Amino acid sequence: MTSDNQSNEIAPLTDPGIPAHLHRKSDLDPKAAKKAERQVGILFIISALGTILFIYSYTFMSEKIFIFLPVLGNSNAKQLFLGLGMAISLFFIGMGAVHWAKTLMPDNEVVAQRHELRSEEVDREDFVKTVKEGAAAAGLGRRSIIKRTLGVALGLSGLTPLLLLRDLGPLPKDDFSKTSWEAGTRLVTDPGDRPIKPSDLEIGAVAQVLPELPAGKERKLEDIGKDAVLLIRIRPAEFQLDAERLSWTHEGIIAFSKICSHMGCAVALYEQTTKHLLCPCHQSTYDVTRAAKVIFGPSARPLPQLALALDAEGYLVAKQPFTEPVGPSFWERDSS
Amino acid sequence: MSKSERVAGTVANYVDERTGAAKWLKKNLNKVFPDHWSFMLGEIALYSFIILLLTGTFLTFWYDPSMQEVEYEGSYQPLSGLKMSAAYASTLHISFDIRGGLLMRQIHHWAALLFMVAIVVHLLRVFFTGAFRKPREFNWILGIGLLTLGIVEGFLGYSLPDDLLSGTGIRIAEAIIQAIPVVGSYLAYFVFGGPFPGEVFIPRIYTVHILLLPGIFLALITAHLMLVWYQKHTQYPGPGRTEKNVVGYPLMPVYMAKAGGFFFIVFGFTAFLGAVASINPIWLFGPYTPAQITAGSQPDWYMGWLDGLVRMAPPLETHAFGHTISWNILIPALIIPGILFTGMALYPFIESWMTGDKREHHLLDRPRNAPNRTALGAMSLTFVLVTLLNGGNDLLATHFGLTINQIMWFSRIGVLVLPPIAFVITKRICLSLQRSDRELVLHGKETGRLVMLPHGEFIEIHEELSPEKKWTLTAHEQLPPLEIAQENQAGVRNPKGLRAKLQQYASKSHQEQIEKPSAKDVLELGDGRH
Ligand code: HEM
Ligand code: FES
Repeated sequence: MTSDNQSNEIAPLTDPGIPAHLHRKSDLDPKAAKKAERQVGILFIISALGTILFIYSYTFMSEKIFIFLPVLGNSNAKQLFLGLGMAISLFFIGMGAVHWAKTLMPDNEVVAQRHELRSEEVDREDFVKTVKEGAAAAGLGRRSIIKRTLGVALGLSGLTPLLLLRDLGPLPKDDFSKTSWEAGTRLVTDPGDRPIKPSDLEIGAVAQVLPELPAGKERKLEDIGKDAVLLIRIRPAEFQLDAERLSWTHEGIIAFSKICSHMGCAVALYEQTTKHLLCPCHQSTYDVTRAAKVIFGPSARPLPQLALALDAEGYLVAKQPFTEPVGPSFWERDSS
Repeated sequence: MSKSERVAGTVANYVDERTGAAKWLKKNLNKVFPDHWSFMLGEIALYSFIILLLTGTFLTFWYDPSMQEVEYEGSYQPLSGLKMSAAYASTLHISFDIRGGLLMRQIHHWAALLFMVAIVVHLLRVFFTGAFRKPREFNWILGIGLLTLGIVEGFLGYSLPDDLLSGTGIRIAEAIIQAIPVVGSYLAYFVFGGPFPGEVFIPRIYTVHILLLPGIFLALITAHLMLVWYQKHTQYPGPGRTEKNVVGYPLMPVYMAKAGGFFFIVFGFTAFLGAVASINPIWLFGPYTPAQITAGSQPDWYMGWLDGLVRMAPPLETHAFGHTISWNILIPALIIPGILFTGMALYPFIESWMTGDKREHHLLDRPRNAPNRTALGAMSLTFVLVTLLNGGNDLLATHFGLTINQIMWFSRIGVLVLPPIAFVITKRICLSLQRSDRELVLHGKETGRLVMLPHGEFIEIHEELSPEKKWTLTAHEQLPPLEIAQENQAGVRNPKGLRAKLQQYASKSHQEQIEKPSAKDVLELGDGRH
């Protein structure tokens, strides 16, 4: 065959066929075979020893011993030897089996033929006929009332599981826009629940605070998830705020929601020298002096600022609720 | 006949008279499996799954899927007396007060990582060798399904201990749900049974993690393996290997012994990792509370690329008509992964559209012989690699003394620029490998031995390849690009003009090849060989 321009395939080389079988040592030499058998036996025995190590560690070893391993550091000896025993017992069963297969089981390559997956033409035709006959016998094509009502019935019944899932949770209403902060709510320390006076905070200090709980109410994680606030004190001269935002601070103390406006992590890292707040989740960085303006990262909005005031006893309180929703965005969030 | 043979015979007879199984078994015990190290990747995934079933069941005996607040009284002193969820307390209990409990937790987690690695590498093997081509498209899609569910299952799994690190992961997942336009806040409330974190999330994902998803996994894996069985395994090109046969070892006994043994090796390996290498030491993180966080928080690696995408997203939000759309969340967390996974699932059909090839294929491609596909694969890998690196930007920054800002800009630019570069380079490498294959077949291997010709010139001796090797290097077919009529007979432009043009272009790019040596080329050179 020569290649001409019409054919797709250039004349290929010829397939030399499956190479002649090469015998292994253990196929020819009974001594080598015996040796391989012994090797497999040894592997299985190592496995058995592993199990014994496992049993010993489980039953007799104390939990209090620690040993130092290079790179890995201090490890609990009991847990380490339990694991090593198990690892040895399993691993060497496997090694034994594989070595057995490789040295002693037949290694002749076998050839099997493939068959086209496509069914025979007659079978395909028979199949189409069967389906058509079946459909005709059911008369779905002719009985249009049945067809339509069945469609309606099946479609409607699909709603059942959806409806059943409705009670998975309540409707959100305007929950996403609300926090527990109200005008006059005292700021209390977390942990400790103590009210705070401005004098408790030195310049450069940060504190995490929560709204004071009304008597008899318990604090839940979902409240903390929205109410957590960071209190930061800097020199008042360092603020670059408009008059309104400046009036929300008190003697250099400024308060922001601690819940990242990106995806809700706790904005926990405060860098004193730069006055930056950093969220460790995706590194959104907020500038405290400029009302938590985003200066880096994927967050698109500043952290909401909480307006501060003092109550009659001189404790810090919220002057008003947050003026915008805290935390990550959501469809109903009105940012205008 | 020995006694044990007689017993076996009786049992076999008993079963066969009731099921007729002998006929089926006889045929299938002789089933032929080709042997190659890359065919073990899928096996590793399967075995890790079995290990996950076994160790996971052990964990369920003590793990308490409840977010009820309890006071910790176990033997780990540093957390003594602390308030925490029952889920976290029970995970501490497994780790410190159940003998072998920590080991099982660590094996479970290592096996989960291995499961995902094996799936991904297995997928790459299938992709780069073209094993997804007809008739194996269904299995490709099943595989993509398993990969996707694996990511979800792993995420739910490491959320179960309810420690500070995993709670942070859930917090982010909630924010993604919440960001979905129109229905987001409703979905979030339904999933969490109210405001985040609530008290129902852990029990709910527990059911999904140990019942729903493992059930689906079992069903998909079974279908996957049945198809492999029925369609027979692909094989690499080589002497005696054709599209019409399978060359390998019979299931019984060789393959059974090797595969069975290999299961124990994988199990032993994960047990070794669980013994010596600490993973997810949840007692160091503390219980979850929304107001705290651990620095340098990293998800498991199979989520890392998503995290990297989220981290590099520009801060884009649309505010209009009293609504907010967070592109900075939607694009990296939902839209790009959606496009990636859909594209991946559809790739077999895209390629067959590009090549116009609708035939069955059982011989695998060597990656160099499908330069375009290999380059596409390298391009996608580069994309994921850049995002994965950015997912660890804080670690990279501290290790290499860079700023997060530098890494972010590198990633933002790199994620757009590097993949196309990888495409071009990979394609060139493939073509030059093809060229060197051609050289090898025509001129043989360089030996490094020099001889002096009578007139004083030095030449290097080339050693001719064996016929087997030559065949292996030339067994692939090279199709010319499609000829798609851009105009019909009457000279009117094809109504599907744009699509046809696109297909023509894609096909041309896909069939770019260095012409392989033909029998004639070899013959012509036969005498002149040095
Ligand atoms: C593909 C399958 C699976 C994957 C990828 C997976 C992954 C994980 C991961 C990463 C963890 C966290 C472990 C830790 O560090 O504490 C986990 C926990 C857990 N998994 Fe799985 N798992 C799988 C299947 C299963 C199955 C089949 C079961 C039970 C039948 C199970 C039961 C559990 C339990 C009870 C825990 C929580 C206990 C603990 O964290 O200590 N898992 N899973
Ligand atoms: S959650 Fe804070 S940066 Fe993403």
